[in-house]
This record gives sequence, structure tokens and C-alpha cells, in this order.
Amino acid sequence: MNISEYSGVMVFIEQRTNHVQNVSLELLGKGRKIADELGVQLIAVLPGHQVDKHGRLLVEYGADKVILVDDVALESYTTEPYTQAVVKAIRETNPEVVLVGATSIGRDLAPRVSARIKTGLTADCTSLDISEDRMLLMTRPAFGGNIMATIICPDHRPQMSTVRPGVMTKMERSSDRTGEIVTMPITIEKNRQFVEVLSFEKETEARQDIQEATILISGGRGVGSAENFKSLYALSDELGGMVSASRAAVDSGWMDHDRQVGQTGKTVRPDLYFACGISGAIQHVAGMEEAELIIAINKDKNSKIFEVADLGVVGDVHKILPFVVEELKKINASKQIED
Amino acid sequence: MKIVVCIKQVPDTNEVKLDPKTGTLIREGVPSIINPDDKAGLEAALRLKDEFGAHITVLTMGPPQAKVALQEAYAMGVDRVILLTDRVFAGADTLATSTTIAAALSKIEYDLVITGRQAIDGDTAQVGPQIAEHLCLPQISYVSVFEHHGDHAIVKRIFEDGFQKIKVNYPCLITTLSEMNEARYMSVKGIIAAHRELEVETWTYADIDADALKMGLKGSPTKVNKSFTKGAKQAGKIIEGTPKELANAIVDKLKEKFIV
Repeated sequence: MNISEYSGVMVFIEQRTNHVQNVSLELLGKGRKIADELGVQLIAVLPGHQVDKHGRLLVEYGADKVILVDDVALESYTTEPYTQAVVKAIRETNPEVVLVGATSIGRDLAPRVSARIKTGLTADCTSLDISEDRMLLMTRPAFGGNIMATIICPDHRPQMSTVRPGVMTKMERSSDRTGEIVTMPITIEKNRQFVEVLSFEKETEARQDIQEATILISGGRGVGSAENFKSLYALSDELGGMVSASRAAVDSGWMDHDRQVGQTGKTVRPDLYFACGISGAIQHVAGMEEAELIIAINKDKNSKIFEVADLGVVGDVHKILPFVVEELKKINASKQIED
Repeated sequence: MKIVVCIKQVPDTNEVKLDPKTGTLIREGVPSIINPDDKAGLEAALRLKDEFGAHITVLTMGPPQAKVALQEAYAMGVDRVILLTDRVFAGADTLATSTTIAAALSKIEYDLVITGRQAIDGDTAQVGPQIAEHLCLPQISYVSVFEHHGDHAIVKRIFEDGFQKIKVNYPCLITTLSEMNEARYMSVKGIIAAHRELEVETWTYADIDADALKMGLKGSPTKVNKSFTKGAKQAGKIIEGTPKELANAIVDKLKEKFIV
């Protein structure tokens, strides 16, 4: 393999029901930086059906070149047609880097593509850099996030990586940007790797088990009443989490027992645990201290919960949370993509 | 119906603790388990066996001590277990691992190959789809419900925002989610059989048709450049201020940790 024959950074653009996904714009933002550092083109590849309307959007978010791959078999995601489309785009452009969002689509597609073109793939990266000798440094968590590893792909091209959504930052959209938009002709070859999608159902209801939740907003005695939990639910909605409670809140009848965290409830290990008005009794702490990030709000600055919190906030939950929710609403609104 | 379930023996990462002083992993005394997503795949296969009389082979690649995972699978009720072990296989990334396992699978008859979605030590979710590619099989990952219908299956495939119902013809490969089912315990009879009569079949490089240059560390396109711990957890910060200031501090923290 002659590595010097490979040039350019390619980003797989994921669309669902013909809406470009935010993670793909984030990758264009990161891809732009990497391409500039390497002094090469940033190429966006968008498989789908009737997707030409998105070409300009991708240029405005940083792509030098947009390759549209249009076929009715690409309208919604299945593995084989998408693999054929992306493999063809890679073989025709020979990029040195290919980035794919680490979504349930990207993590199905990227390994299939990498195995077909026989190159390396690094999963679920949280940081990407370029080394002095122009190699992609792909950093990812392992062992449940306990250690980080930086992976390289020295002798194979392209260097492929799936990237965790929400980690990279998209650029400001700019209508001044210019780029080339092309349609790559394709004949999707029907083979025995095809599957048949019978139906798709949207599911918005949150998972019901607090042990499965990655974000928990938990309330204690300091919340004051069942009615007062509504500001916790508002925060949970913005963060995509679930609401749980301490024993004191459950015993007061403000929350069901299956949402109780602690020794007589459930042990949880979310990425984020928000302790609102929870004093931090040892029985409660035993059930949540392994959370990746703990933010605690309590009026009493001597409360035990602050001993395990990464961020301890001294103040009134009901005065602080509305401001947090307001700020998150603004951030979430800015993530919506205007077509 | 012939099923092959690929499993991995992993350290129970829930038991892995960090040394608070050095920030390094404490691995001593950490038990090894069958990877949870793979165990759900095992249970799914056993339920097909209960209902339709399937023959189940369980395959694992790993060091000789991975035999323990195969004994457990046997005690749960599978029919045949194979340990793929050789120095040639060691140090493999996902591509080299999938090449090796696919080569072994080529020696076994199957209608259905099951792998767990991802292993809790590496979290890559890549080996299943890569095996499917090497064997030219249709793949469906993130499966939470599997229904057998004669010459095809109908499965529920989970996405972030919903699910698909997919029809797939045999032979095919699926990757299973741990939430798919509650795996059964080993039976007492099974445990006794696993320790008294079971001879774990051991396959080495000589038993499969694959190029040594495509396996193990040599056959791995990706290499670990460096690994590091995130360091010991630092003492938390306690802040005071107006509600607005405090709210901003919280949002900044969420941004810093990539939560928003």
C-alpha cells in the first residue's frame, strides 16, 4: 500500500428520514480542522434518496466537496446498500482519513466498510489529533471508561474512526463558503446480504429502569414536595435523562420505590448524577458514588453529599434549576439544523 | 437449525477499581465473566434450542483460561464448545480477531451466527459486523427480539430513536443486546457434566485456514500508541453565588464533560 496515494478527510453524513444528523455536522467541524492541518480537502459523503437539497448545507458547515449518493435503496439505513455506497466513494477518492458518527447506524456501517476495504477502525473516539508525521491519533475510553487509549493505524489507509456524538463542535454555518457538489452514480447490487425492513417505529418514551439511565436527576428531602419535582423533570427532559430519588423522598411518597437510589433501593452508575436537595446519607452515597460525574445542589454547605460531588453547589434547588433549564433550552435549540 | 454463538471472556469491569492514589487499574482479584451481551446471545440460542431443537456450538478466542467461560456455557446447556487459542492470535485488533474467528466459523456448519453487540472491556462493537463481512453474511446488530420462522427470522433492531422490524434469511449473523433476556443459570447436572465429561475442543492456528500475517498483532492495522488513566478523581469543588451564577457554573461543567 502506497500511503502517499491517499489524500483528503472524508466524513460520512448520516441522515434519518432525510434529515442530516447533528453528529455529522460536528464531524465536519472536526474534519475541517484536521484537513486544514494536513493541507487537504474535506469531503462529505451523503448516501440517501433525494438528498441533493442538503449539498449546500454541508458546504456551509465546512465541506470542500460533497459527494451525494442517491438511490431508492439508500432511503433509509440498512447495512449492505450503505456499505456499497461508502466503499465506492472511498475507492474513487482514496481519502487518508474517514470519520463516521458512533451512532447505532455508524457503529453498524463502519466495521462492515473497514472489513471490506481491509483497513483499521477505531471505535467511539472522544478525541482526534494529527501527529508530527501526519498520522491520525485516535483516543478512546476502554474498560468502561477507566482507561484511555490512543490508537494509530500506521500502515493502512484510510485511517477510520467512529466518533462519539456530542464531543466535537460544529462550525458556525456560513453562506460565504464555497465547495463542489457532485452526484456519484451507483448501481446497488442486490445480493444475499440484503435484509428487508418491515417497519420502523419511533420510540420516545424513556427507558424505565434507572440502572439503565446514563443521566439521573435525583431529588431528596430538600426538594420539598412531589409537586416540586417538576423542575427536576424539566431538567431531565433537556438532558435526556431520568428522574430518581433518595429514600427520604420515596418515604414521603413523592416518588415510586423503583426509582429509589441507595442501599435499600438501586445502585446506579450513570455518566451524570444530579443530587438535588439530597443530604448524602451513607446509605444513599453507597448507591451512587460510582457515577462518572456528580453534581450536587444543597442549601447546607456542610452536607455530606458535597464530599462525593465533583461539583458542589450551595444554594436553593428551586432557584437554580430554572436557570439551568433555560440555558440548556438555548443550547438544544442551537443544535437544531435548519434545512 | 445450527447455531454458533461467539463469546468473549472479560474482566468484570464493574469490579475494576481505580487506585485512588495512583489512578491506575487494580486488576487483582477481579473475576472473569462471560461478556453480558454475549450471554444474552447464548440465552437466545438456548431458547431456540428449547423450542425448535437447535444444535448450539459456542466458540471463544482467548488464552487457555478462557476455557472457564466455555464450561459455563456448556453447563447452561449448549452442545459443543470450541476454544480458539494460539500465540499467533495474540494481540489482535478487531479486524485480525474477526479474520481469525471467521476462519474458524468456515469449518463449522451454521444457519445462524450470534455475537454480543460489544464487549465491556473494549466496547468496540466491531467484531460481529466484521465477521459477517468476511463470511458474506447479512448482519443485523443491536437485536433485542429474535423470532424464528422456518427459513428466515424476524428481528427487532434498536436505534436511538426507535426500532426496525427486519426480515432476514438464513444464514445470517446477529449481534445481541444484554437487555434482550435474562440468561438462565447453569444447571447442577450441567455443572457436573462440564467438569467431569466435557473435553473442551481446542483449535490452534494449524486447525484453521488463515494467513498468519492477517492474524494477531502482525495482522492488526491498528496499534495502541499509548494508554493512560484519567488519573485519580480530584477533590470536588464547592461553589457559592447567586442562582444565575451557580446555574452557569453547572452548565459550564456539563459542557466541559461533553454532556451538552
